[in-house]
Amino acid sequence: MTALLAFWSAHRTELAALFGQHVLLVAISTTSAVAIGVPLGIFASRRPRLSAPIVGIANIVQTIPSLAMFGFLLPVPLIGGVGARAAVVVLILYGLLPIVRTTIAGLTGIDPSIREAGVAMGMTPGELLRQVELPLALPSIVAGVRVAAVVGVGAATIAAAIGAGGLGEYIYRGLSMVDTTVILAGAIPAALLALAVDGFLLVAERQLSARRRRGARRILAIAAVLLLAVMGASRLMARASHGAIVVGSKNFTEQLILGELVAQTIERHTDLPVERRLNLGGTLICDRAELTGDVDVYVEYTGTALTAIFRQPVAADAGTVYAAVRGLYARSGRTLLPPLGFNNTFAILVRGDDARALGLKTIDDAVRVAPTWRAGFGYEFLERPDGFRGLSQAYGLHFTAPPRVMDLTLTYRALAAKQVDLIAGDATAGLIKGLDLVQLEDNRHYFPPYDAAPVARSETLLRHPQLRAALEQLGGRVSAADMRAMNYAADVEHRDITEIVRDFLSR
Amino acid sequence: MPIGEAAAIEFADVSFRRPGGLRVLEHFNLSVAAGDVLALVGRSGAGKSTLLKLVNRLLLPDDGAVRVEGRDTREWPPVRLRRRVGYVLQDVGLFPHMTVSGNIGVVPRLEGWPPDRIANRIHELLGLIGLDAAGVADRWPDELSGGQRQRVGVARALAVDPPVLLMDEPFGALDPLTRAELHVEFHRIQDRLRKTVIIVTHDMGEAFALANRIGVLDDGQLIACDRPEAIAASPDPRVRRLLDAVPSIPRP
Repeated sequence: MTALLAFWSAHRTELAALFGQHVLLVAISTTSAVAIGVPLGIFASRRPRLSAPIVGIANIVQTIPSLAMFGFLLPVPLIGGVGARAAVVVLILYGLLPIVRTTIAGLTGIDPSIREAGVAMGMTPGELLRQVELPLALPSIVAGVRVAAVVGVGAATIAAAIGAGGLGEYIYRGLSMVDTTVILAGAIPAALLALAVDGFLLVAERQLSARRRRGARRILAIAAVLLLAVMGASRLMARASHGAIVVGSKNFTEQLILGELVAQTIERHTDLPVERRLNLGGTLICDRAELTGDVDVYVEYTGTALTAIFRQPVAADAGTVYAAVRGLYARSGRTLLPPLGFNNTFAILVRGDDARALGLKTIDDAVRVAPTWRAGFGYEFLERPDGFRGLSQAYGLHFTAPPRVMDLTLTYRALAAKQVDLIAGDATAGLIKGLDLVQLEDNRHYFPPYDAAPVARSETLLRHPQLRAALEQLGGRVSAADMRAMNYAADVEHRDITEIVRDFLSR
Repeated sequence: MPIGEAAAIEFADVSFRRPGGLRVLEHFNLSVAAGDVLALVGRSGAGKSTLLKLVNRLLLPDDGAVRVEGRDTREWPPVRLRRRVGYVLQDVGLFPHMTVSGNIGVVPRLEGWPPDRIANRIHELLGLIGLDAAGVADRWPDELSGGQRQRVGVARALAVDPPVLLMDEPFGALDPLTRAELHVEFHRIQDRLRKTVIIVTHDMGEAFALANRIGVLDDGQLIACDRPEAIAASPDPRVRRLLDAVPSIPRP
């Protein structure tokens, strides 16, 4: 609890900005969902034959897991990509179902004699809708808006995976650092926000069903003032980021550190404004974002680029791989800058106790005991061409059961807690030291080199020659020991990443 | 009806079937002179409500013509016709999201009257229907008694002073005492306003209390239409059955 309060007070500016972004995401998407959903509901209520299919489609949309939805939208032009715009589109899609459904229910639930009275008094269809049908359906519609807004607050936390900001940033950051405090730092305000939105709209709904129009107007006024206040505050907090260099990163500790490293380097050596869009969902999300121009630079690993992005066969020599990847990037309008100086290869890890007791030094050694072991891997390692399938073939490695799939950052804990016996982690992970794990040597040289190097959009580099100079002077500056120390500081000592990088750069 | 005076409402050879094909009216003829109060009596399902809906064009006849003020309802723009024809529904149909004055002011607002004229009119109408303006104007429909609701329904129908008033079982749901009170009110109002009124009811007693002409509907046909005294004396067994249903209280 004290740690949480300390975290909030140390990050209060950032917290306020993320909170503001979160409210803004939900407000914009819910408002748009109302603007689309209410007319759609009116339309459907007039044509009973169409209302079933419309509600059906909205139902299906709602069942798509939000992360998958962000994935679907990544390649879509205009509405897709990464950032707040794509997040708003997804949140609108989620909000539509409850609003359409309650609009239909509210309109079809009106007593027919009341509608007939309106028609008989000489109301045109438009007058009937505005003066009778919509006011009577309003409590029902507000109930739908309430559901949509609360779902929106929840789904918006996931939007951080595509760099839309919001309180999900802390949740993802906490997950990748395996730091409960940071997870709670995002989760608690998000939950409170959901409760507040729910409570406020519930009161609005009650007031409206009591038909006290003046009350309704007061509620709308309060809502508008609150929203303006939050938006104003967050605008003050948010730096003007137009035309800024956008730095991306993937969603694990080392990437967050490298993203911050690149960002601070640019800030130190150029006068260019920098926008951080860290914690993006994974390799392919970063790659897409850079291709579409949503991100200008992020740090990639040569082996990952070769196999996962460009789908080339695995190669062993670091120099050959770097040259090949540089050429491939050049063809897609990007420039691979000099490597930072460390190779973050996959590390096959076992518990230190096991290694010492069984005398395990290489992966070959582990092949003997593996048939009685369980393995745990991240999603990427199971899928990648340079991942588990190839490893299993190269070494003849087999376990008692198929490997358990879990979040990469959780595998370290699972190994230490003896839930699994062997994992594939990062060679530079700070947790290796923190949890007393041992890396088995890749004695058959199965894994390709994973030299970390910044990749930037060539167009951005051409526009800002000083940016190129700044990134180039990072070449060779980060050794494997440096990287492991920084990861250790973040993952085990729970130090603030901004500070870790600042200390490193001012050495 | 005096010769040369056009009927305010006229049914000329009207046939109407429900969408299912069920015959409601067959070659139906009726005319109502301006200023008359006509009560249409018949059993439930005799087509009484359908008749009213044909007047304000909520329905159109399959055959024949319904003329209001000499003009075929097919030729009337529906919205203009309906604003000239006040309509009091069986279950009142007050808008639950509007106060009493909101409900009475609906048609004046639709007609674009200035607010102070609407306010004056609401005050005037509340007086006309015997409700205390200060006590009732800002109340909500569910805070009113059944009799008050019915009065507000009448006031709403009269708001823009339409020449024709249609009333569908207007006092059916009220207790006998309140109903008798409203019958008196109705005469007081009608003496001042001289509207052309069609009242639909299944209660012959109510027809005698309100109307100066009574029509009897049976199986889609108008089997009698005359002054109340003539109806009371009718030998037709179908009319007599309705007359016999009026309760008479045995005197000691």
